Amino acid sequence: MTGEQTGAIESDTEAAIREDHPALITYITAGDPSLEDTKEYVEALDRGGSDLIELGLPFSEPIAEGPTIQAAINRALDAGTTPARFFELVDELETDAPLLVMTYYNMILQYGSEPDVRPFVERAADAGLSGIIVPDLPAEEADPLRDACDDHGLDLVFIVAPTTAGERLNRIMSQVSGFAYVQARLGTTGARADVSNATHDSLTRLSAYDVPKAVGFGVSEGDHAAEIIDAGADGVIVGSALVDIIAEHGTGDAPAAAALESKARELKRGARRGGEQGNGHEQGREEAPEPEQP
Amino acid sequence: MTDRESTGEFEGYGGRYVPEPLQEPLDQLAAAYDDVASTDEFQADFRDHLESFAGRPTPLYHAKNLSERYGAEIYLKREDLLHGGAHKINNCLGQALLAKRAGRDRLIAETGAGQHGVATAMVGALLGLETEIYMGKKDAQRQAMNVFRMRLMGAEVNEVTRGGEGLADAVDAALEDFAANVDDTHYLVGSVVGPDPFPRMVRDFQSVIGEEAREQFQNLERTGDFPDAAVACVGGGSNAIGLFHAFRDVRKTSETSSAAHQNAKRSEDDPVEFYGAEGGGEGAESSRHAAPLAKGQDDTIHGMKTRVIDDDVEVHSVSAGLDYPGVGPEHAMFHAVGRCEYTGITDEEALAAFRELSETEGIIPALESSHAIARAIQLAEEGEHETILVNLSGRGDKDMETAAEKFEL
Repeated sequence: MTGEQTGAIESDTEAAIREDHPALITYITAGDPSLEDTKEYVEALDRGGSDLIELGLPFSEPIAEGPTIQAAINRALDAGTTPARFFELVDELETDAPLLVMTYYNMILQYGSEPDVRPFVERAADAGLSGIIVPDLPAEEADPLRDACDDHGLDLVFIVAPTTAGERLNRIMSQVSGFAYVQARLGTTGARADVSNATHDSLTRLSAYDVPKAVGFGVSEGDHAAEIIDAGADGVIVGSALVDIIAEHGTGDAPAAAALESKARELKRGARRGGEQGNGHEQGREEAPEPEQP
Repeated sequence: MTDRESTGEFEGYGGRYVPEPLQEPLDQLAAAYDDVASTDEFQADFRDHLESFAGRPTPLYHAKNLSERYGAEIYLKREDLLHGGAHKINNCLGQALLAKRAGRDRLIAETGAGQHGVATAMVGALLGLETEIYMGKKDAQRQAMNVFRMRLMGAEVNEVTRGGEGLADAVDAALEDFAANVDDTHYLVGSVVGPDPFPRMVRDFQSVIGEEAREQFQNLERTGDFPDAAVACVGGGSNAIGLFHAFRDVRKTSETSSAAHQNAKRSEDDPVEFYGAEGGGEGAESSRHAAPLAKGQDDTIHGMKTRVIDDDVEVHSVSAGLDYPGVGPEHAMFHAVGRCEYTGITDEEALAAFRELSETEGIIPALESSHAIARAIQLAEEGEHETILVNLSGRGDKDMETAAEKFEL
């Protein structure tokens, strides 16, 4: 894909969402509680039906995260997770679901010997990652990373907040590739008990843009997933609810992997249920394929 | 909605490196600031509060004893005499008045040693705004007096227990609160740091320091011109920017430059030279300091692109107010273009200056400001500047325990 313009052809990330629509996107923090465990957990999430898997590369000041993921990040940092070790893990992983890395701009800038985004992007592409999500990189400052990702065939996913509208929304949607990460509510990440009205509003605002929309922040149960898909999303993103499962189990604990796999199945079933009901699809996606039966 | 292209307005430094939910609120804040702050009505209100509540103007004091000892005329801008004991109140008044006009009824702030938290609590009480201060639990225990002061003035002090329980964790908690409560809450950032518009807004509110000092300096019979050098300590860098801004583009005239100093290198139309004293800790070349301009690299932190200390350096300064791994983006720009010279002043040098000013002038400076005093003494000894203006940004009452321990008082 090197040198191809994004959008000209469908990327791995976008294909993964469209092929098994509606999609389940799962997140865990790499190195929580150790990189060996992460390998097992990623494989479990892959078996459980994840269509994409986001791996958090821990950074010491994660300003977009709530307490659950901050705690996971601290555990991962305490376990000695570094970018170098993170990439070694990704080198080893073999999953059906494409993998994305979610991290902060600081980690990307500081990866090489000089402040520059390219060494990180090159290494990410070498390791077989499909895309990058950077919560603290605004679209206005994204050109260098966008160019580097284009050169290496990586998607660059942007977050759309309930407060994002007008010209800012246009600017973000002109930079985004793979999918738009729709933040369901204000505040930081974390499992919540209900699905926000802001989700419905955001999906309505985004309906005019031809890029898959996946909703995250606060999704923890199959029923949430169903409701979000009903509201017109192409996928759901689940993080804190999975990190909670990891936090409840210790290191090297096989039941954690089993519980993650089973949670993924519940969420994927929920997403499909939403897809089957089909009500609420006012936006009318053209090419939504029939969901496979489990 | 502004049509912002790149937000790095300080020669590539600055910007808004924050999560997407904060972009729109920052846009709104910038728009409110641009619309309101320059109006005569707002400025009159701000100036009135600076006079009647904060105690402006502050004196410009000729430190004769110190000047005699080191052979240069040293002038101190006495921000230590302001309400609250430091320059912090200038910025807090400006932002709180702006927040009130923008319809916000709640203030939040982060604080390290507690000075900014106390100043925020003061303006919150003054203007009847609900106030919540985030402070790392460790800091809250170390600075119990400031916690009591904040609570007495009606602020809620939220002790942050995550991470290292310090300033960085308090910033995270405050950002989280801001992201969730943008509709009614103003995040009162305490220095020229963070995402746009904070660095330029705080600079503008603090620039009263330099404007006053410039006028006072020109009214002095014996000089009648601008100082040769302006010196300030730099943590985030608000008191330094506040002092420098009014002198940034002025030029000294040749006729007022006396020939008394043979080795003084000066020519017609010289600028006022700027010197920033960073928290050098155990030395800018050591593994424990807070001097990202003297020794650091470009990076993003707390929503801005700026200079940050190297990864393998532990952030440390004897002065809590300078104990910060980054610095305001305008300072990063001044450093890059060579407009200001930044030096790490070590803990030992700062403590020596702390004692020296106390003994020679009967003024106990804050440990932060002691870094500026130490740098001014170095410059006087070097003999290249005839007149040196120093921002005495705060008083040292809060540092008495450190001093008592250090000097066995």
